Amino acid sequence: MNAKLGWSALLVLGLAFPFMAGNDYHLTVMSTAYIYAIATVGLNLITGYTGQFNLAHSGFMAVGAYTVGILTVDYQMPFWLAFALSGVVAAGIGFFVGLVSLRLKTHFFSIFTMCVGYIMFLLIEKWDSLTHGTGGIVGIPAPESIFGLDFSEPRTQYYLVLLFLALSMWIMHRIVNSLLGRTFVAIRNGDDLAQALGINLMRNKLLAFMLSVFFAGLAGGLYAGYVRFLGPDLARVEHTFDMTMYMLVGGIGTMAGPLLGAIGMPWVTQQLQFLQDYRFVVFGPLLVALVIFLPHGIVGTWMARQKRKAAQQQATTQATPPVRLATNKGARRA
Amino acid sequence: MLELTSVTKRFGGLVAVNNISASFERATINAIIGPNGAGKTTFFNLISGAMPLSDGRIVIDGCDVTGLRADQMARIGVARTFQATTLFDNATVLDNLIVGHRLRTKSNLLDVIFGTHRLRDEEAACRRKAREALDFVGLAHVEARLAGDISQEERKRVAFALALATDPALLLLDEPAGGVNPEETAGLADLIRKMKSSGLTICLIEHKMDMIMNLADKILVLNYGEKIAEGTPAEVRANPAVIEAYLGSEHAHA
Repeated sequence: MNAKLGWSALLVLGLAFPFMAGNDYHLTVMSTAYIYAIATVGLNLITGYTGQFNLAHSGFMAVGAYTVGILTVDYQMPFWLAFALSGVVAAGIGFFVGLVSLRLKTHFFSIFTMCVGYIMFLLIEKWDSLTHGTGGIVGIPAPESIFGLDFSEPRTQYYLVLLFLALSMWIMHRIVNSLLGRTFVAIRNGDDLAQALGINLMRNKLLAFMLSVFFAGLAGGLYAGYVRFLGPDLARVEHTFDMTMYMLVGGIGTMAGPLLGAIGMPWVTQQLQFLQDYRFVVFGPLLVALVIFLPHGIVGTWMARQKRKAAQQQATTQATPPVRLATNKGARRA
Repeated sequence: MLELTSVTKRFGGLVAVNNISASFERATINAIIGPNGAGKTTFFNLISGAMPLSDGRIVIDGCDVTGLRADQMARIGVARTFQATTLFDNATVLDNLIVGHRLRTKSNLLDVIFGTHRLRDEEAACRRKAREALDFVGLAHVEARLAGDISQEERKRVAFALALATDPALLLLDEPAGGVNPEETAGLADLIRKMKSSGLTICLIEHKMDMIMNLADKILVLNYGEKIAEGTPAEVRANPAVIEAYLGSEHAHA
């Protein structure tokens, strides 16, 4: 039950953070990091667990954000109603994008989705009448207060975002550790074997894709209510690359890795700010070294070591009685 | 139980499998042999639904299953192993096997989100099935080991267990004894006999002639995508076409 303890500690840290933060700026950095963490955790489902590297992810985050922006500003819809739709709209568009793009495998899929992401960016930038184009959407209302909680205040906003991050993690935990999650991992291990085991590839890949972009849309919706200004740059592929970096640093295909990567990396880049334009000269090689020496990321490497230890302990406790081994051999001959 | 009528596969101008008809009886071991490039694996890909037929019909237990996808074939009860099994090396052997019974479960996303009884029951059933299969192949003692740590022969057995976890009636084994030593090969042959006596129909591709001649009830010989002989090991061994095409001159003199 080590894992439970770790997750509880993380939650307590998250709850206590506003009391430790020096100023509102720290709260802003952290809240934004949480929003991207939700999207990253979603990306991890399709890329880390299902093995299909989607590069249109930030496009879907923008879809969620613009759903809230357009509905609240142009159609005076209450924030919460628009927010409820953000993930659904992203998943709906994800259905059609997935249906076409998932026919491709490996890097062909990635290149295709990168193009889809760019098309989404272009649509947002050029479709003036719907998205306000390059001018962006200004004056998105803050989420209406519930139980007297004022969501235009940094601290309540922080807790709102934390709540959704915790919910996302909980649902993701459910998915990943269920038969459904095992189905996704089987697809990652290889299409042919997965299909030979009776797994409908298209249906399951599409489900993983839609779930994944649902989280992106939700993160986008939160982003809209938090930043309250939207520009087309949100859809740029660079944001997907950022999220991919968070996954790689933390550990792709693990629960905690993408989360810790998404929360930790913004702080690291903040710390390198003093190097200005040169920071990528430092940052780049660091990242390359990490991918070479810790291909499973920090959490992934640590977990693999734990698992190996556990397996060895099991093996030593079980391997001792030679009689048992002998009976097994006997059974084979029988 | 399995009946093939003029099964054909063309890749452009190349005919990889040409007009093969055969039938396999329930609870028998059937070997498919032939030189490299004879179309054996393509033949398996056709039976398992991994590739669509260009021509012909496949009937299982009186049901026409021509044109079904591999996952649909698996549901019907056709399981297969591959020359190399990709396991998730960072998970335990048991964890790797649990998904094998997934096709017999019905839990969907809603079950997962709400944590329903059905999901819990089905997960327990999958775990039970995985243990059962592992026990059957004689690997109960490695269930907690990491899949990346087990030997080549154990990997072969895990691949069998994965196929068995799907509750198959017909099992297609692609080089089940490839890359293991002679003693281990004998062990695997015993395991295949054990599968047969539990009622499974088995088709296997194998290059190890000693193993085949002792194991198979029926042998199908392919060469350049065509069936050149069919029969019991003794019949095939005596068939001049086979000797010329495949077994070589030293067998002809023997």
